[in-house]
Amino acid sequence: MILARVLGALVLMLGLTVFAQAAPTQLTPDQARHLLARTGFAPTQSEVNAVRGMDARLVVERIVEQARLASPRNPAPEFVNQPAPVPFRMLESETQRQEQRRVQMLEGMDIKRWWMTEMLDSPTPLQERMVLFWHNHFATSQQKVVRSQAMWRQHQLLRKNALGNFRQLLHGIAKDPAMLVYLDGVNSRRGAPNENFAREVMELFTLGEARQGSAYSEQDIREAARAFTGWSVDRDDFSFVFRRAAHDIGRKTLFGHSGFFDGDDALDLMLEQPAAARFIVSKLWREFVSPQPQAAQVEVLAQRFARSGFDIALLVREMLLSEAFWDPAHRGSLVKAPVELVVGTVRQFGILRPDPTALVAQAAALGQNLLVPPNVRGWPGYTDWIDASSLLGRKRFTSLMFQPAPDAGQQAMSRIDLTMVRGAPMREAMRQDSNLRFDAQAWLAHYGADVDREPSAASRAAMEAALLAVPATQPFAAGTVALSHLRSLTQDAAYQLK
Amino acid sequence: MQRRQLLKSGAALTGVGMLAARAPAWAQAVTQRAQSNYDRVLVLVELKGGNDGLNTVVPYTDSLYYQLRESIAIRREDVIRVDSRVGLHPELADLVPLWDKGELAIVQGVGYPEPNLSHFRSIEIWDTASRSNEYLSQGWVTRAMQAGVAKRASYSAEGVVVGGADSGVLAGARSVRLNNPETFVNQAHLAIPVPTQGNAALQHILRVESDVSAAAQALRAERFNFTTAFPAGPFGTSVRAAVQVVASQRGKAGVPVLVLSLGSFDTHQNQANTHANLLRQLGAGLAALKGALVELDAWERTLVMSFSEFGRRARQNGSNGTDHGTAAPHFVTGGAVRGGLFGQPPELGRLDTSQNLVATVDFRQLYATIAKDWWGVDSSSVVRGNFQTLPFIKG
Repeated sequence: MILARVLGALVLMLGLTVFAQAAPTQLTPDQARHLLARTGFAPTQSEVNAVRGMDARLVVERIVEQARLASPRNPAPEFVNQPAPVPFRMLESETQRQEQRRVQMLEGMDIKRWWMTEMLDSPTPLQERMVLFWHNHFATSQQKVVRSQAMWRQHQLLRKNALGNFRQLLHGIAKDPAMLVYLDGVNSRRGAPNENFAREVMELFTLGEARQGSAYSEQDIREAARAFTGWSVDRDDFSFVFRRAAHDIGRKTLFGHSGFFDGDDALDLMLEQPAAARFIVSKLWREFVSPQPQAAQVEVLAQRFARSGFDIALLVREMLLSEAFWDPAHRGSLVKAPVELVVGTVRQFGILRPDPTALVAQAAALGQNLLVPPNVRGWPGYTDWIDASSLLGRKRFTSLMFQPAPDAGQQAMSRIDLTMVRGAPMREAMRQDSNLRFDAQAWLAHYGADVDREPSAASRAAMEAALLAVPATQPFAAGTVALSHLRSLTQDAAYQLK
Repeated sequence: MQRRQLLKSGAALTGVGMLAARAPAWAQAVTQRAQSNYDRVLVLVELKGGNDGLNTVVPYTDSLYYQLRESIAIRREDVIRVDSRVGLHPELADLVPLWDKGELAIVQGVGYPEPNLSHFRSIEIWDTASRSNEYLSQGWVTRAMQAGVAKRASYSAEGVVVGGADSGVLAGARSVRLNNPETFVNQAHLAIPVPTQGNAALQHILRVESDVSAAAQALRAERFNFTTAFPAGPFGTSVRAAVQVVASQRGKAGVPVLVLSLGSFDTHQNQANTHANLLRQLGAGLAALKGALVELDAWERTLVMSFSEFGRRARQNGSNGTDHGTAAPHFVTGGAVRGGLFGQPPELGRLDTSQNLVATVDFRQLYATIAKDWWGVDSSSVVRGNFQTLPFIKG
């Protein structure tokens, strides 16, 4: 079965001319590192060594296919299988409601910790990157949803379809209880529909911002809002429910088509707009290729994506084989998200006994609080990740690896700025000790360097290539020992790029 | 108090002269150079998510309001009356002393033609002071800097963005975002400026490094111990950080712009409690801001203005909330503000084709007023055109 799929994909690949030819047939170490960093987290030297010299088409095929078929390695948090809590509305006192909220948010912390552990261990990191991508695309915040089991189920929906079919994912998300709560579908009823989901599903999930001459208008938003009325959530078990009496059965006009549309029809009509495939392709391009999608290439990819029935794996594969992906000018042109920085650093340095809770908190302090995106647009990303506050936070994070003694490291961690972190569980997590020590001697030995000796030019070049996607901005000062040099490489502005 | 007595006893002299004679050196310097406006501070407060203007400044005598807002209207008897037509949401009680003192301007019906109802696009329009259909990369404050504000002094940072606020109004300016000035200064040694180089992302990071170094030098200061109590919650925390920044600037070139935010005001569902809670934080936060600025003797040279991407739909939706709308009132306060109501009260009987309020004041009129009457620069390049100013700043 798997073999048949792989073979099928290979046949398909051979049919792809323009894209496939651009990919190198023998990966250099730099190219291998680029591919692994862009499709996962910062790779270790042995991960690079495992694919160098290979044909990029085979490696891409393997990365995508293994990620598509991957399943979680760690057991689900316990609360997942416990009976649903007493519905919020049935709690009698404010104290009870606050207590339930607290418990739900703590369970949300369990999800984050579980996800962080998956990311730290995963042999198929593209899967995790895609889940992050869709979590950001279909941004949903537990601050509003509260119910942890709903957040867990949404997470599993993203995971299951991360490299699956976008049409299925979109329909699934539109009926996902966490999303229905987050964008207020739950109480949208005929007569006075709630426009929140209808607007954002077009602007942020499928078609992009409405501009002059674009695919939709305010009127389309209103009509779509009518189509989605009645899609709601059973407040007892938090499952999707269709409330027939609340649904507007009347005729609607959407994108110039008229009919007795329901929510599923509305979603399918959105996907029929050429803007939909273009929008998704452009967003994935900014995730994997470069900050500025090339219109002509986007168009080619968008047409293939739509023709495939919105096969995400196919799109990602083609993107990774595109000329633009391998263009040296795009090397290091993207900014690591906080989760990528944190997970990548831990993986690449082989941090001993990483504490997933502290790492979740660290990413949150740097601006990416998993399960709590800032709003429905998600994290804007790219250069928005870096401002005065987050840049200092990033540098302090990597400096922790070089604290002389664990005690000092713990103190430094406890100095994380908590003022902007919401929620007691997260603040609690931040106060925990974090130990970011790694075996510096062994790490440096890979590159022919010794902790307390000045590294040779060849060693320096190898260390720099391993850690930075573009040349270092800080000059090397003669007499610097390898450990100090390593520290300064992780403090370099270039360390923030991928 | 001390100042008021001084002013009374010094009838023969100007107040400024008397103050200067007794004030510490830094205050003297400020007084001597007051003419240049160089130490003026603008505090922008973004109400993120689109604030429901109709439930903020309530048209409590309009029966249409009560028809449109069947379950979420603010009851007539709960409204804090401002005049015979409009009044404040009861949770804005902390603004009453400002109003009574004539330091609170309420500008009604603020919006722009061809309104865009997307959060993200509409805030971009407000941030950049663009027309509805044009895309600009610079913030309007940045253009004011270029129009002459930046030349007033060698500012260590043109703006400080506090907490989770967005820096859109300062896009293209030298600004830093921080949560806490003290922590910021303590960590700033990690930023090592090097010449700008490389791709766009790298250039951005290197610019941030150099902005951090420049700002940190100027923000280094003894912590000022305020007697003002700051309200709990993220907005109160931001206000505290903002006034620490102002405190650290005494006698220096300073930071001319601070940006704070509060939210989310995106109240599509069951809005009553959420909105009340946010307005309470806003009122309490602004009152604390004034208290602290008075302690620093900086209230007279500070202007505070709220802004938001849009107001909300006149008619509530079926989920006891409100969808995205258009025009809304905004607040301007400060020691130099001429209090009162500006603009027209909402006309609920005259909605646009999408059932939204029609703006009667363009948001660029507020910006033009700040540019011309607060900073004393040519407003036409700031708002890119001629927009009539409003008389909410004392002459």
